[in-house]
Amino acid sequence: MKTRREFIKISALGIGAAAIASQSNRWGFGLPLYADENKSNKSKATKLTPTYCEVCFWKCAAWAHINDNGKILKLTGNANDPQCNGRLCPRGTGGVGMVYDDDRLKTPLIRVVENGKQTYREASWPEALDYIAEKMKEIAAKNGPESIALFNHGSAGGHFTHLLKSFGSSTITAPSFAQCRGPRETGFETTFGAQVGSPEPTDIRDTRCLVLIGSHIGENMHNAQVQEFSDAVDKGATIITVDPRLSIAANKSKYWLPIKPATDIALLLSWIHVLIDEEIYNKEYVAKHTMGLDQLKVHVSTFTPEWAYGITNIKPSVIRQTAREMADAAPSVLIHPGRHVTWYGDDAQRSRAIAILNGLLGSWGARGGFFMKASAGIPDFPHPEYPKPKWSWPEVLNGKYPFASMSVSNTFIEASISSNDNKYPIKAWFVAGTNLPVAIPMMSQMQKALQDLELVVVVDTMPTEVTGFADVVLPECTYLERHDDLRDVPHRVPTIALREPAIEPMWESKPAWWIAKQIGERLGLHDYFKYEDFEEVISWQLQQKGLTLAELKSKGIVVLPRHNESPYLDPKEDYHFNTPSGKVEFYSSALASAGFDPIPVYTPHPEPEDGFYRLIYGRAPMHTFSRTANNPNLTDLMDENSVWVHPKVASLWGLEEGKYTYLRNQDGITSNFPIKVRVTERIRWDSVYMVHGFGHNQKELSRAFGKGANDTQLITNVMIDPMMGGTGMRGNFVTFTATGATEEKEAAL
Amino acid sequence: MRYAMAIDTLKCVGCSDCVIACQMENNVPIGFCRDWVVESVHGSYPEVGLELRSERCNHCENAPCVRCCPTGASHIVEGGIVLVTQNKCIGCGACIQACPYDARYSHPEGYVDKCTFCNHRVTEGLNPACVSVCPTKCMYFGDLDDANSDISNILATRKYKALAPEAGTNPQIFYLV
Ligand code: SF4
Ligand code: SF4
Ligand code: SF4
Repeated sequence: MKTRREFIKISALGIGAAAIASQSNRWGFGLPLYADENKSNKSKATKLTPTYCEVCFWKCAAWAHINDNGKILKLTGNANDPQCNGRLCPRGTGGVGMVYDDDRLKTPLIRVVENGKQTYREASWPEALDYIAEKMKEIAAKNGPESIALFNHGSAGGHFTHLLKSFGSSTITAPSFAQCRGPRETGFETTFGAQVGSPEPTDIRDTRCLVLIGSHIGENMHNAQVQEFSDAVDKGATIITVDPRLSIAANKSKYWLPIKPATDIALLLSWIHVLIDEEIYNKEYVAKHTMGLDQLKVHVSTFTPEWAYGITNIKPSVIRQTAREMADAAPSVLIHPGRHVTWYGDDAQRSRAIAILNGLLGSWGARGGFFMKASAGIPDFPHPEYPKPKWSWPEVLNGKYPFASMSVSNTFIEASISSNDNKYPIKAWFVAGTNLPVAIPMMSQMQKALQDLELVVVVDTMPTEVTGFADVVLPECTYLERHDDLRDVPHRVPTIALREPAIEPMWESKPAWWIAKQIGERLGLHDYFKYEDFEEVISWQLQQKGLTLAELKSKGIVVLPRHNESPYLDPKEDYHFNTPSGKVEFYSSALASAGFDPIPVYTPHPEPEDGFYRLIYGRAPMHTFSRTANNPNLTDLMDENSVWVHPKVASLWGLEEGKYTYLRNQDGITSNFPIKVRVTERIRWDSVYMVHGFGHNQKELSRAFGKGANDTQLITNVMIDPMMGGTGMRGNFVTFTATGATEEKEAAL
Repeated sequence: MRYAMAIDTLKCVGCSDCVIACQMENNVPIGFCRDWVVESVHGSYPEVGLELRSERCNHCENAPCVRCCPTGASHIVEGGIVLVTQNKCIGCGACIQACPYDARYSHPEGYVDKCTFCNHRVTEGLNPACVSVCPTKCMYFGDLDDANSDISNILATRKYKALAPEAGTNPQIFYLV
């Protein structure tokens, strides 16, 4: 079948050859050698440039150390940043590898047909930008600017958001809601009237009891959170970890509850039962701030620890003991909401159970629980009002997921398939900084959408899988080569951090702000982009805050006072929660009237068939999703994932440590590449585990190609959360197979 | 003066930041490292536990690598730091064989390399790069001869062990357990 948009392998263009030619640069950046051991750090940095890290969303403020030849030697944390306290995580420390990765996108590329075959040709910037602007005008004339959608992630997203809004489109989404933390935002919003948000306002530093449910702090390196976790260990806080795998956090916990996967709600309900049954909940807080205790009491009356034992495999005595530990510590207790929580399709309800537990203990607003965040509030650089779009993501959603408080990326994909008869069809995609095929487990629908779209623009630093689907690929420079918006992360104290380019953009790459402005100018939107250099914007914004660019350049970050003094609720004062009742809602009438359970219930989930094992995936501390999988420095620490199997399972299947196996899922999908076996007692016998983000099938990612298996490929059973549209991904089961499917041949080509 | 390092295995999360910070600081070529993380698992599910150790040269008081070096390239300097003088090293690898901790590697430029305790930083009053970066703050560095140093204090209050004490090398890296 002839397809409109064939997947193009960028290597056809000789870009791969360039990578090999300059490979010698990769080792130590070509620095001279010295014989004297006392000068072990051979080349001295002569300049420090402030930046904030972009390897993950935590955005730690950092210094780039640059030598006289304009090479970045290393990155270190900014000591004044409470998000990192002068210590970057391994990914941040290895961020330099993103800059000096020879596989980077180097020039704009435009899809063309040559000899009847689709390919890319290198294009100049004006050519690529003209092409995009013309197409955008054409599509807007036919379908309205609203039909141009943006998928974004990271700092670049902000610039394209501004571009699209200026053009009249708010059809903007990010996989971080429906593929990641959305359920917890909905669960907490329906309980406390407030989202958890990012970064989480979890007061781990001062907590007396921390409960982690499938959240593997230490393997996910959200910097300050890991630092505070370590402080909590130091101070002897009681740590309770619920995980079918002995995670690093589980190993540091007083209680590790090796739960049977997919049964967490039963455990949570049983904990609630114990708190109410033994009357050890926070009575003062519950009386003052909450509603629905009576209904909750009736609801959980039968959910005894004995009931939960049969479901979760956690002993009743342990359930009681851990509930009492929480009650003893209350309100300085934290049932962590987790971050990647799209597991089984009833995730918003699980998150709500977590929220209710926190409510019973009075931890929301308490020291050692959840603090109230404060941010600096940076004004927008002056521009005319955005035109009002006729429709936006809520229309795309069309009431489908009534408790989605943000756009749901999967509905964008559905709205892009023309045969779906969409009332609000999407005709064009801008994709900035997110590798959609790896981020969203909807490959077949995505393939369909990509055939129907009239324009696909991908802005990225690397030739990730999604670039192969673009009409135009724009090479963005890395965070160390550009300005970006001032960082304003809400936390205990407001801060403002600056990102200055440490070096000039390499090759033909350009900063996102510049790309957005250039397209904007071509669309006649000059009034929205009244600056030549982004530093003008930053400088103006700082002025409004009574600060100067010079100060930020020398300090990198400023810490501002909070406008309301305390990050905690005053126990003596009344507080209005932003829920329908103004209280913390144990019982939600809003949910009930929309046809959902007003109080979470436990529903059993499918179990693996004989010979299959539940696929659990997670994070490694030296990688961020799939985006670091080609970073030369970080791949040096870990260049492939492995599949963890229990020794019993290994012997049953004849799997040997260090040998490779293919994985096949319940729908007969076999992994593109074999994955290394890790035989370990750290995993249950009914599950296997792997780190997400490997198994790339883009040859242009020379270090990542074919290394390990891609969990997203094996996630073909997606359980959608009816409340908020989250894509539950933990209901997939795999078995082992010695040979790969047809993909194997393709991969070997 | 006697420099030493203590690493808290109860706090270490095995993130390898110490490894990459060292590679960056000391220009260690890709594919090599001066420090590394070891995970040892004991017990069986669910009675299972693990220990994480960030390992490196032990800057042994009784260093077999120094004794066996034919050229004197491997030597001990102020504070007990074991170093290799690159232009004296002929790359014979005798020290690599002699080290019970596998702490040395052959640098592609033809000499043997290993952890220097970041002597270039320590002489400037800074902590080693790995110690400064560790997100869990689980590493302590300092002078054992100074009873008030962080390291003396932590070793006075916590239980600790060293690796392969039976080798008789008198190692100076301690693991808090
Ligand atoms: S946590 Fe790590 S990757 Fe994320 S911003 Fe901080 S240093 Fe960068
Ligand atoms: S940086 Fe610290 S926590 Fe991370 S592996 Fe090294 S010693 Fe452990
Ligand atoms: S002390 Fe310095 S050289 Fe030794 S492992 Fe740490 S960072 Fe590397």
